[in-house]
Amino acid sequence: MTARDSIDLERLGAIIAAHGHMPGPTLPTLHAIQEAFGFIPEAAIQMIADAENRSRAEIHGVVTFYHDFRQAPAGRHVVKVCRAEACQAMGGEAVAKRISSRLGLDFGETAADGGVTLENVYCLGLCATAPSAMVDERLCGRLTPDKAERIVAETLS
Amino acid sequence: MSVTFHVPQDAAALAVGADAVAEAIRIEAGKRGIAARIIRNGSRGMLWLEPLVEVATPEGRMAFGPVEAEDVPALFDAGMAEGRGGLGPTEEIPFLKAQTRFTFARCGVIAPLSLSDYAAMDGWKGLARAITLPPAEIVDEVTRSGLRGRGGAGFPTGIKWKTVLEAKADRKYIVANADEGDSGTFADRMLMEGDPFHLIEGMAIAGMAVGATHGYLYTRSEYPHAIAVMEAAIGLARDAGFLGPSVMGSGRAFDMEIRTGAGAYVCGEETALLESIEGKRGQVRAKPPLPAHEGLFGRPTVINNILSLTAVPFILDKGAAAYAEVGFGRSRGTMPIQLAGNLRHGGLFEVGFGITLGELVNEIGGGTMTGRPVKAVQVGGPLGAYFPPALFDTPFDYEAFTKAGGLIGHGGVVVFDDTVDMVQQARFAMDFCAVESCGKCTPCRIGSTRGVETIDKIAAGRDVAANLQLVEDLCETMKFGSLCALGGFTPYPVLSALHHFPDDFVARQTAQAAE
Repeated sequence: MTARDSIDLERLGAIIAAHGHMPGPTLPTLHAIQEAFGFIPEAAIQMIADAENRSRAEIHGVVTFYHDFRQAPAGRHVVKVCRAEACQAMGGEAVAKRISSRLGLDFGETAADGGVTLENVYCLGLCATAPSAMVDERLCGRLTPDKAERIVAETLS
Repeated sequence: MSVTFHVPQDAAALAVGADAVAEAIRIEAGKRGIAARIIRNGSRGMLWLEPLVEVATPEGRMAFGPVEAEDVPALFDAGMAEGRGGLGPTEEIPFLKAQTRFTFARCGVIAPLSLSDYAAMDGWKGLARAITLPPAEIVDEVTRSGLRGRGGAGFPTGIKWKTVLEAKADRKYIVANADEGDSGTFADRMLMEGDPFHLIEGMAIAGMAVGATHGYLYTRSEYPHAIAVMEAAIGLARDAGFLGPSVMGSGRAFDMEIRTGAGAYVCGEETALLESIEGKRGQVRAKPPLPAHEGLFGRPTVINNILSLTAVPFILDKGAAAYAEVGFGRSRGTMPIQLAGNLRHGGLFEVGFGITLGELVNEIGGGTMTGRPVKAVQVGGPLGAYFPPALFDTPFDYEAFTKAGGLIGHGGVVVFDDTVDMVQQARFAMDFCAVESCGKCTPCRIGSTRGVETIDKIAAGRDVAANLQLVEDLCETMKFGSLCALGGFTPYPVLSALHHFPDDFVARQTAQAAE
């Protein structure tokens, strides 16, 4: 059974209800759902629309507008590599290339076995200790291709 | 003996191993029978020295850095616990000594969540004065300070506040814009992680000034550490009566909450940010109406950058004149400048306006980390212009940068050495715009993609002269045909690359001709 089939609708409903009192509840609700399920299940869109008295299209529009919200589960590990200017200036592209080739993934892809997702991020705010990446919850600065490869290997092992 | 160690827990320090350093100090001190008190402060902003450990001594705090966990036993051998063997007094390090710290006075010094530390270093003094003043006088003080919007637009903060004060409504809001998405900027993050009560105080003063009772702090999902510190700080401030139905016993109410973005750069634009809080796609609104008249949920709203709001407690405490005394031309006060990218001494440098770009890069920043010549400096984030060393005499000032074909933005300075290919940087600017465009304006949504394609043709040496003209025309259209700075300012990095570094572009033509 995949994660998609096993959505706990009761839990989903409870999360949506818990945010119902807020002004502008949509983003906090979506963040909480993603925190709980790892992505935004299809069923959530109609349920949020009903709860907020908005159209399904509007909620779909919100979910798809923001880069953070996933419509499918991510890998067990998520590697985010900063691709913005300050990291570029310190050899960030070489770091990005090495990680991509080590994982055998392009940016935006998840490994077929669901082990890891590789993503771009445009700035972690670590611009004076560049190049930077975030491996799961761990922040990494002053990366070199070798150091980045080692951290990724440690995380996946 | 008992020794106090300061080890930052700023995200940048954590990224280079600060947690492991704190743990190594705890273990090593234990082995030597030293009772170590380890305080996790914010960062002093000397980021090339992170993790920067400080040891409290009778002569002041002594600095050690950058410290690696495995260095710790040797540092203890050399007298670290007595403050010996390091960089000497932290305050004497030239990078710190040369600054004028109004906004970042406490950052890196205090324990971020200590209410007593905050109060001991002038905390809450601005708010304490504000609650004794009629709203119009608070606004007047801010107006007289000359403070201008630190998010980049440079609009006078006092005038914005006056507009909201004079607006009639059943409810008004304060929105703090901490959607700090520009590459090369980290001042908001550092401040939220290192001195969170300061932002709360600034927002509360804004609330008192315009009659707003609720505030939203909108920040980025990429800043989980800042969010955690701010959440904790809001709770502590509320429990201590600095937020709530009667701020500092004044009988005037103000409370606030955090809203987290979801990875959309354009939400740093103020109207897109308001849409996002309201639960919509982060699309830019046409102005008018101004947010000061019809902002969040249709109510009059002060929306200010973190660095504007945190300039305010100083202004209320020390007076407008003390703030306005520093500065250059119409840019009054200090700017927390962020030095980043390929620099030996990267970090946060708060100084009065007027310092030149060359001083920042070569003297304060110490030139490139790689030791190669500087080729280009991008100022003001991904929508800021690339400056060549020939323009290094440009003073850091809103008007001077506009005149030089650029902008200071949120104060980010990103340095590149001579290995950078400006054709690729121009392409990146267009590509970033294409990825982050909210889609509302056609020149931004479509133009950026056409821009990437055209620059790719130039890079491949195809019809270089004609395609360069096309890029110029396209930039003109984007500049005048976009509602907000994303589409409107993407031409800055593109055209500055093209105009200041023509050799990189023409080289493609020559390469093609040689084939």
